[in-house]
Amino acid sequence: MEIAQIVGLALLTTIFLLILRQEKPVMAVLLSIAFAVVVFVFLMEKMASIVEVLKELTRRAEINYFFLTTILKILGVAYLAEFAASICIDAGEQAVAKKVEFAAKIIIGVLAIPIIAAILESLLELMPG
Amino acid sequence: MMNIDIIFRIAGIGILISILSIVLKQAKKEEQAEMLTLAGVIVVLIIVVQLMSQLFTVVRSVFNL
Repeated sequence: MEIAQIVGLALLTTIFLLILRQEKPVMAVLLSIAFAVVVFVFLMEKMASIVEVLKELTRRAEINYFFLTTILKILGVAYLAEFAASICIDAGEQAVAKKVEFAAKIIIGVLAIPIIAAILESLLELMPG
Repeated sequence: MMNIDIIFRIAGIGILISILSIVLKQAKKEEQAEMLTLAGVIVVLIIVVQLMSQLFTVVRSVFNL
């Protein structure tokens, strides 16, 4: 029943945020950051087990291990960027959030380049002549 | 395991500081109220920064970034 814990904590945090936002908006932002981090860390333990299963499947299918690590890195970058961007939007700073998303897109692009190159290379091998 | 007490601690500090700053403003001590707000924000910021470093460690170990 992890979802019950998270729902309860979320409702509680919402009530605290409603009280804090009128008096001290900075405190409200800090509290929402803390809530986001607590939920994130809690779910990362579950994510670790998913990643373990994926690694096992990759090992059995004998796929190049490099592809899985690239995908995991992209996942990590996307999760972190989304986390920061949503907090920035919450605090009313859309411009900062857009910059974080932009940076995440470029970093993901850089991480994805080796996979694109590998696809092109295998295409060239398939093509005759 | 979730550490819920950190949420309670931050919410508690926030509510306490807002009440105390209202009291100080009523007593015509605006400067002290501002100082109190600043101090509270810094204390909570230190807690949050420690949490963030924990988060980054966890993410780095899960996704081997």
